This record gives sequence, C-alpha cells and structure tokens, in this order.
Amino acid sequence: MIGLIAHNALLLSAAVVVFGAVLTPIAIRTNRREWLQLTYGAVYTNFLLVSLATALMIVALVIHDFSVSYVAAVGSRSTPLLFTVISLWGALEGSILFWAWVLALYAAAVVWFHRNRPGNLVPYASMTMLAVAAFFAILLAGPADPFVPVWPVPADGPGPNTLLQNHVLMAVHPPLLYLGYVGMTVPFAFAIGAILSNEAASNDWAILSRRWMLASWAFLSAAIIAGMWWSYEVLGWGGYWAWDPVENASFLPWLTATAYLHSVMVQERRNMLRLWTLNLCVATFVLTILGTFLTRSGILSSVHAFTTGTIGYYFLAFIAVVLVATLVLVAGNAERIRTTGTLGGVASRETVFLLNNLFLTAVMLTVLVGTLYPLVAEAIRGVKVSVGEPFFNRMAVPAMVALIFLMGVGPALPWGSTTVAEARRRMIPPSIGALVLVAIGVLAGARGMYAVLAFAFVGYAAVGNLREYWIGVRARHRAHGENWGTALVRLILGNRRRYGGYVAHIGVLLVALGVTASSTFRSEREATLLPGELLTVAGHTVRLQSVWGREEPQRSVIGATMDVLGTDGVVIGTVEPRMNYYHVSDQPVPTPDVRSSIRGDLYVNLSAFEPNGANATVKVIVEPLVPWIWFGGFVIVLGAVIGMFHRGRRTTIPPAPMASAPLPEPRVMETVP
Amino acid sequence: MNRKWVLAGVGVILVVFAWLTFGGLEKNVVFFLTPQELLAKGDAGVGVPVRLGGQVKPGSMTWDAQTLDLRFTVTDGAREVQVHSTGAPPQMFRDGMGVIVEGRHGAGGVFEATSLMVKHSNEYRAPEPGEAAHEKYKTLIERSAQ
Repeated sequence: MIGLIAHNALLLSAAVVVFGAVLTPIAIRTNRREWLQLTYGAVYTNFLLVSLATALMIVALVIHDFSVSYVAAVGSRSTPLLFTVISLWGALEGSILFWAWVLALYAAAVVWFHRNRPGNLVPYASMTMLAVAAFFAILLAGPADPFVPVWPVPADGPGPNTLLQNHVLMAVHPPLLYLGYVGMTVPFAFAIGAILSNEAASNDWAILSRRWMLASWAFLSAAIIAGMWWSYEVLGWGGYWAWDPVENASFLPWLTATAYLHSVMVQERRNMLRLWTLNLCVATFVLTILGTFLTRSGILSSVHAFTTGTIGYYFLAFIAVVLVATLVLVAGNAERIRTTGTLGGVASRETVFLLNNLFLTAVMLTVLVGTLYPLVAEAIRGVKVSVGEPFFNRMAVPAMVALIFLMGVGPALPWGSTTVAEARRRMIPPSIGALVLVAIGVLAGARGMYAVLAFAFVGYAAVGNLREYWIGVRARHRAHGENWGTALVRLILGNRRRYGGYVAHIGVLLVALGVTASSTFRSEREATLLPGELLTVAGHTVRLQSVWGREEPQRSVIGATMDVLGTDGVVIGTVEPRMNYYHVSDQPVPTPDVRSSIRGDLYVNLSAFEPNGANATVKVIVEPLVPWIWFGGFVIVLGAVIGMFHRGRRTTIPPAPMASAPLPEPRVMETVP
Repeated sequence: MNRKWVLAGVGVILVVFAWLTFGGLEKNVVFFLTPQELLAKGDAGVGVPVRLGGQVKPGSMTWDAQTLDLRFTVTDGAREVQVHSTGAPPQMFRDGMGVIVEGRHGAGGVFEATSLMVKHSNEYRAPEPGEAAHEKYKTLIERSAQ
C-alpha cells in the first residue's frame, strides 16, 4: 500500500517536472508571463510529491514494511532505529530518492526566494533544475525504483551494509554530501538561465548564484571532512585520505567550486573572467554528476558502489547530454559573454586570484586524470591498473602547497596594482610566521621537502590572514575608539564576505596543518599482548587489561580493554578498541578507539585476538594534530556562514587603487551596523 | 602586452603540467596481476610495485602472533606465489578467500606485501553455520557476561 502510493507520487512528479520544463520556454517565447506561475507551481508540486515519497519510504523503513523492495533489501528488525532511518541513503535506490528530494528542495527554495525578480533568468534557471529533476525522476521510475512490490513478503531483511551502520557519522556525512553536491545544480541552473535569458553579459546572475554556491560549498566541505572522519573512525587503518576514487569524486567539484568562489570576485571587481566563471559553474555541476556516476554505477568497487546494474549508462547519457547542450550554448554566446576588463599590475590581488584558479584547475585535472586513468586503461589497453597514492602525492600535493602560499599572498595585496617595494613590505610579517613554523616543524623532526614547505606556507598564510584582522581592528580602534572586541565583531559584520573568506582561510590552514603534522610525525607499532603487558609508541604507553565478548541484538562484539598510562606509570584513562561482528555478514567491522587531545590522537585498533581471549594483537598509532583537521572543518563552515549573510554590496567598480592606503581595500566598504 | 604575458605564462604552466601528469602516471601506475601474469613477466616483474590478486591457498597460511610474521600462498589456479608480510592478518582472512596484496615481488621468489586487502563482494553474505561470531567466541562471550 505504502509502496503503491509512493510509486504513484513519483510517477506524477515525473509528469509534473516534464510539464514545467516544457512549458517554461513556451511561456517566455509567446510572452505569456502568467504561465510562468504554472511552471513555478510545478516546482512546488514536485517538491511536495517527492517529499511524500521520501516520507513514505522512511515510514516503510521504520515499520519494517518488507513488501517494499528497498526495505526488503536494507531493512532488518534488529537494526537500531537511528540506523534504520538513515538507511534511506544506505543503498542505491534510496540514495537516488534522497537526491531527488534534495534537488526538489533546492529548486523550490530558489523559485521561492527569487520568484519576484524581473526578467527571464529565474524562469530559465527553474527550467534547468526541472530538467535535471526529470533525469532523476526517470531513474526513480525505472532502474532505481525503490518501491517495487515484493511477493511473498519476507519476514525480515539483511539490514544495511554493516560498514554503514557502525558509526553515527553515517547520519552526518551523506546528507551533507547530498546538500553540497545537489546544491551545485543551482549555480549551474543560473549559468544556463543567464545564457538563455541574454543576461550572461551582466554580472547579476553570478552574484545571485554566488550565495547558493557558497552554501553548497560549505555543505560539501563539511561532508568531505565528515567522510574523512568516518573513514578514520571506522576503517581501522588510522588514516583519513587515500586518494581513493570515491574520495576524489567528492574532491573534484570542491576544487572547481572553490575556484568559482574566487573568480566570481574578480568578475565583480575587475569585470574579468566572466566566461571562465560561467564555465566553472558548468564544470562543477558536471563533476558532481560524474562523481555520482563513479560512485553509484558499480564501475569502482567500494563501500559507495552499491550494486551493478544499468544505472551507469543513464548517467553516462546524461553527462553527454549536459556537456553537448552547454557546449553549444556557451560556444554560441562566448563572444557576448566575454569580458573586457584587464589585469591591473602584476603585483595585485587579481593576479593572485588568477594563479589561484590556475592551480585549483591544475589540481582538479591531475586528480581527474588519476581517477579516470584506470577506467581508460582497462577500456583501451585491456590491463587492470590502479593509480597509486604516490602519483597524487607527487602531482597534486605540490600545487596544493603552492595554493596555501597564495592564500597568504592574496589578502596582503590590493586590487589593481601596487609598487614592488610596497608589496615587498607587506610580505615581511607573513615571512616571519613562515620561519617560526618551519623552525617548530624542523625541530620536531620534519625533513621532507613538501612537509617543510607546507609548514612554511601555513605559517606564512596564517600570519597573512590574521594580519588583515589586526589591521582592520586597529584602524577601528583608533578611528572610533571602540574596544578591541567590539572592533573585531563590527569589522567582521561590516564586511562579512571579506572577513568570512579569511575565516574560511584559517579553517583550511588548520586542516592543512593537521594533515601535514599527522602525516609527517605519525608513528605506529603493532604487537600481540598478554593481559598486563605494555606497548609504548612515541611516548604513549598502553597496557592490555582484558579481552571480552558481548552479545547485542544485531551483532556480537569482541573488545579489548586497555589502560592508557601517563609518564609516571599512573593510569590516566582507558581505551576499548572493538571488533563488531554483525549477524548478517561474515566480515567484522573494526572499531578503533581514539583518545584525542589538542596535541593529537592516540589511536588503538584491535587487529586480532585468541578466540579464548588469552591475548590480543593491537595496533597503536600516535598521530599529532589530527583533531585540528576536524576543528578546521568547523572553522571553514563558520567562515562560509559569515560570508553568506552579507548585505548587498555596491555595484560600481572601485576607485583607482591606492598603493599606499593603510587598508588593503577602500574604507567605503565598511558599513557600521 | 600584459595579456600576452599572462597567456604565455598560462601556456608554460599547462605544458609543464601535462608533461608532469603523463610522465608521472607511467611511473606511478600499479598493475593488477594474477600470479600467472606476474611470473610470466620474469625479471621485469621483480622489484616493481604490483597488486597481486588471487585466492589464499588452503592450508598455506602461517602466522606467528609474537613476531607478527605472516606467510601464505596466493594462487590463481594455474600458478602460485608465496607472500610474506608483517602484521596481523585481517580478521576475515580464511583459506580460499579472494585477496589483493600490494607490494613487490622479491628476487628470491617471495612477494613482500605492504598491504593486504580482502576482496569484498558487493553483496555481503551471512556467515556459514559454525562460523558466526556468537558461536566461534561463545566461551569468551559467556565468560565476560559473568
């Protein structure tokens, strides 16, 4: 019953989105504006229908209605309620349904917020989103139908993939990823809308779409960090990033979205890069679809590749359609879209932005080549290969290190141009930051070139960004007599985009510092211990207390209780690494225990044990500064949130640059609340 | 003038990048080979990073819990390769199961593995009777409950 209602709701929504998408150009061409209300109605109706289907799926999961095919595939009476609900995105069909719902939500929100804007930009953007929604509606009607009736109805199901029900981050990472991935449809829709409505030659559409891109970017950043965290907490190898294709799939659109967020500023300020910015919107969207293809088609084997089936062909066809359609549109209008602005001096902020975009694109292309190469090699040469971590570390890491350096240079340089002497003067304080962090890093034992460079540039960029706050706060303090705290708050609130950006920079630097330190100074040991025996790694000592077993409704748990000893041999805590044996699977899920402090993590994993509990083989890893990565993720999101809620900015091009101005940007920017 | 310089710079960087990418790829590609394919390469297969795929030959595994010395044989039905690594075997490691070992084939005919992966099938299966954890570790679970 539930399945039938939901299935019909999805079929109806497919009809509604196709109707809305087809009606939009007719309404505009025949100049019947009142029909546009109907297309907006289609957007809202689609949202209601997909919401109904999604809600019914959650109900079916919770009441264990095994007559619904998806519930029969991922449900189980013994799975705890939380994991039952979140198994909505735990397998292919449910994840496509959830995707369609997020897309419907974004489309409804875009239409709602911008429905009164004159012109054809919003109608065409809404049409684009309806067209994308139609693709997902087709998937849900055919190859990814989650509501196929099952007969006879099974009494129980296998439950979700065991890896996906082992950690609460599974309730966090996928929804964030969908919000980020799917949200990047919105800037794409604005880009297409801008071309179709002849508004691409203005900057308005880019400014409108910027906020949506920033929101999606924040979600995607948080999702990537949450995915790293999940991998760290569940997979038991003590790492968080392996250049695995599915990780790369999430990283690729992040890179182009980051490039967009920077190039759109150049477009606004200097009237440059308009065509480029538009292409970044398109590239970002295509990369999200490519990522979904890679992770959902079963072409790669991983925890994300749920099943093999025909769905991959649908995605390939969709990518081809999107690429051809946008190529025709963009190429046909390129001359009109192209901008006339020119670069100021070489030592200017826009130069740094150009380099930033160049390096981000280079990293994206490198990662893309490395990710797709095995598929190409197998298709063309018939050999099975994998592109190893060394490739990415050697090819992508240098450009990423260079990007960190640019992060410190950009904020220090003004728009337009400046004298070389002035530029040099502004580079002095960040250089001191670089020297300090390099000294700390080298004293701690860093020797590799990229590690030392990474420390240098993180120190450089940290001082470069913090100094911007210092200059602004000091100016306010002197000019308005505000106390330091008030000055800081008003500085940020007065120019949220700029200072939100610097907050996000600090977040990225925290992540970079955590990654550099934890990969440079990682130490690990593995040993088999009898109860009472000690294992010491890099000054951290653990002692095996006991090995135990416990039966839970959906799994058996074997654990090792271990004391963590302080320097004087006193017990300062315990860790309990476990091995979870879900009843439905013959493969256990390792569950390491992580003891975190501001200095880093003590990571203990149970690798093996005697069946009678006589001993346990444990791996102990000491990884400095890992929690800084997670904290950096929060700071990135905080920066994005600050930047999202800015007031409108003036639309004139700024006055001629002031080479010796005390502030890097003109003071008129600041509107005190 | 300015524009030309920018274009020249972009061109140079793109060329360098393309060179690095394709040069770097050739050196960093790791081949997936079966024991038969690896042995057919002869000396060319020695000392280069390889992913070796096959089944664990029944009865071939030895593991010393104290030294963590792990040895087993990987077979594809036709040929077989001895593998050595240091560390605990994965918990689900069993005779006859599919594995992928990453490492280098040594001149002495023993494959030195740096990492060991169990080949997951997408559809996981329930444990066989007697293999389930609550049966295998019954005494440990019961003793801990007291």
